Amino acid sequence: MYLSDKLNLGKSIKLEKRLSVPPVLYLIVPVVSVILVLLLGGLFLAVLGYNPIEVYEILLNGAFGNTYNFTETIVHAIPLMLTGLGVSLAFKMGLWNIGAEGQLYFGAFMASGVALFFHDLPTPLMLTLVLIAGFLGGALWGFVPAALKVFLGVNETLTTLLLNYVAILWVDYFIFGPWKDPKGFLPYSKVFPQSAMLPVFPGTRIHAGLVLAILAAIILWIIIWKTTWGYEIRLIGENTQVARAAGINIARNMLLVMIISGGLAGLAGMGEVCGIIGRLQHNISPGYGYTAIIIAWLSRLNPLVILLVAVIFGGLNNGGYALQMVGLPESTVTMLQGAILLFVLGGDILTQYRVKIHRRGCGA
Amino acid sequence: MEMVTLLTATLHAAIISATPILYAALGEIFAERSGVLNLGVEGIMLVGAATGFYTVVNSQSLLLGVLATVAVSLLFGLIFSFITITLRASQVVTGLVLTIFGTGLSAFLGKSMIGQASPVIFHKIPVPVLSKIPILGHVLFNHDMLVYVLYLLVPLSWFFIYRTREGLNLRAVGENPAAADALGINVFAVRYFYVCLGSIFAGLAGAYLSLAYAPSWLENMSGGRGWIAIVLVIFATWNPVRAALGALIFGGVDVLGFKFQARGIGISPYFMRMLPYLITIIVLIIITARSQMAKNLMPKALTIPYDREER
Repeated sequence: MYLSDKLNLGKSIKLEKRLSVPPVLYLIVPVVSVILVLLLGGLFLAVLGYNPIEVYEILLNGAFGNTYNFTETIVHAIPLMLTGLGVSLAFKMGLWNIGAEGQLYFGAFMASGVALFFHDLPTPLMLTLVLIAGFLGGALWGFVPAALKVFLGVNETLTTLLLNYVAILWVDYFIFGPWKDPKGFLPYSKVFPQSAMLPVFPGTRIHAGLVLAILAAIILWIIIWKTTWGYEIRLIGENTQVARAAGINIARNMLLVMIISGGLAGLAGMGEVCGIIGRLQHNISPGYGYTAIIIAWLSRLNPLVILLVAVIFGGLNNGGYALQMVGLPESTVTMLQGAILLFVLGGDILTQYRVKIHRRGCGA
Repeated sequence: MEMVTLLTATLHAAIISATPILYAALGEIFAERSGVLNLGVEGIMLVGAATGFYTVVNSQSLLLGVLATVAVSLLFGLIFSFITITLRASQVVTGLVLTIFGTGLSAFLGKSMIGQASPVIFHKIPVPVLSKIPILGHVLFNHDMLVYVLYLLVPLSWFFIYRTREGLNLRAVGENPAAADALGINVFAVRYFYVCLGSIFAGLAGAYLSLAYAPSWLENMSGGRGWIAIVLVIFATWNPVRAALGALIFGGVDVLGFKFQARGIGISPYFMRMLPYLITIIVLIIITARSQMAKNLMPKALTIPYDREER
């Protein structure tokens, strides 16, 4: 089923492999994808009896309409940045870390443990410890599938994914059980001491996680593009056999990358509990770890682009809450986000192939 | 006597628990046999569950519910096929995104149905005579239609894959698409067909959840069963009969968790609910450790898009 067989409109259309990719295509494909998704989504909404223009207006306004909404968009972008950066590093090496959601939960769990049990510590020490605990929690949750992959060859896509469910149930066990606030009716832990709360930008809920995310993006960019280690990571991602022949220690790199990848997601979880909520509870993430996969892929694994795309997606998440005014669920946004990447994935063929249109009879 | 009753009830429940996983796994076996790894199963299951439930609530007709599920999951199969087979995008990423998209779409469709009960569901229909057999009668022949259909699908799928010409073509496309193409098999058509078939099976797995297993709609009600099905396919070395046995083991573990809880054994329900995922991981570790077998039996062209010009 050749494209040229299917699109016989008096002309024949042929795909030719490109030798080099015009950089502008990397911009055109996502932009056209977003427009197509908005059009199709609009049609879908119209069929269901909603006014698509009104819906998009609410979404846009809810995301970027005024200073308050914009700061809230950044608040939602922080975990997306950290998890997006985390998974992108693993993807860069060809490791399918689909476990950012679980790594986020386990990071939140470890940070909460420190905040709840060492509540008398002075602020600087406490903050350092929750930070380390958050990173370690995520790193541990990334290390387990990495070790299984390295030592036993177990497929990491499936183990990272299955561990997401385990981490969420693990947190549930603690907030419904041993860590449940004895005075509360709902399943959540006691409130953290003030010393465990990340500093915020005055007048907003934007917490220090933003600084962590920006730092992480810059460091990752430097590592990937300016260091020998980054070269090794890229080489393993592009061609494992060549990397092995070049004497690169693949096992060590995989373990390290998954520790950092998971650690960043763990920091995202720490940011949610120590930056915003102030205690451990159910549903600390509306699927940030999954949205991260979309963001990383849309950004073509470029750490700096991830920051930007995370803000746009954070805006969609934030604007999604406003959609409830017109009776639309937040999941509307998940659909839009998924659909955009589906279009980009499909459209990517244009970055690899040139479409040649011949009139009938002129060869081809 | 009490032991016998308990055993009968456990085995009976294990079959019910195995059914959605096995539907999804059978579908995935067909898709993977053709060389396409569809990680969208979990999402398609959810969309199937939401569509089936939505249609039945609004039409009061089980038949329409099943037809709507088939139609929508077929559409998902076509979308996945077009992106991965025709446009040759990464099967792994496309599947993951399809799952995310499907999770969102099902939550969107299901929002208004939370807490509603289905007016009609798949009731248990005891098979005359057979269901009267002591123990086995209740275990095997006191189920709903979708389970009985599965009883037929397992041997039929096995026969189709290993004993028919079409099955041979299917395996050829998954093992060596270029050679199959040279023999005049349309690789693209074969892959489209089996990915869509697999997608329909995944949708039916979802419909089983929302119309028979727990007749209602809950966000994320498939709870990872699509992923368990994908592991089950590897466990079964792409063989439908082994998949059925594997599904029964998974189903049994699931049920034992419930039974232990009901008997007040002092393990937290949250740990019991982790069991299916942990056991799936352990199974994955064991089959990988004996990996030579899994590797040899895996369709050679799995996850590789076919490009005629690179033959």
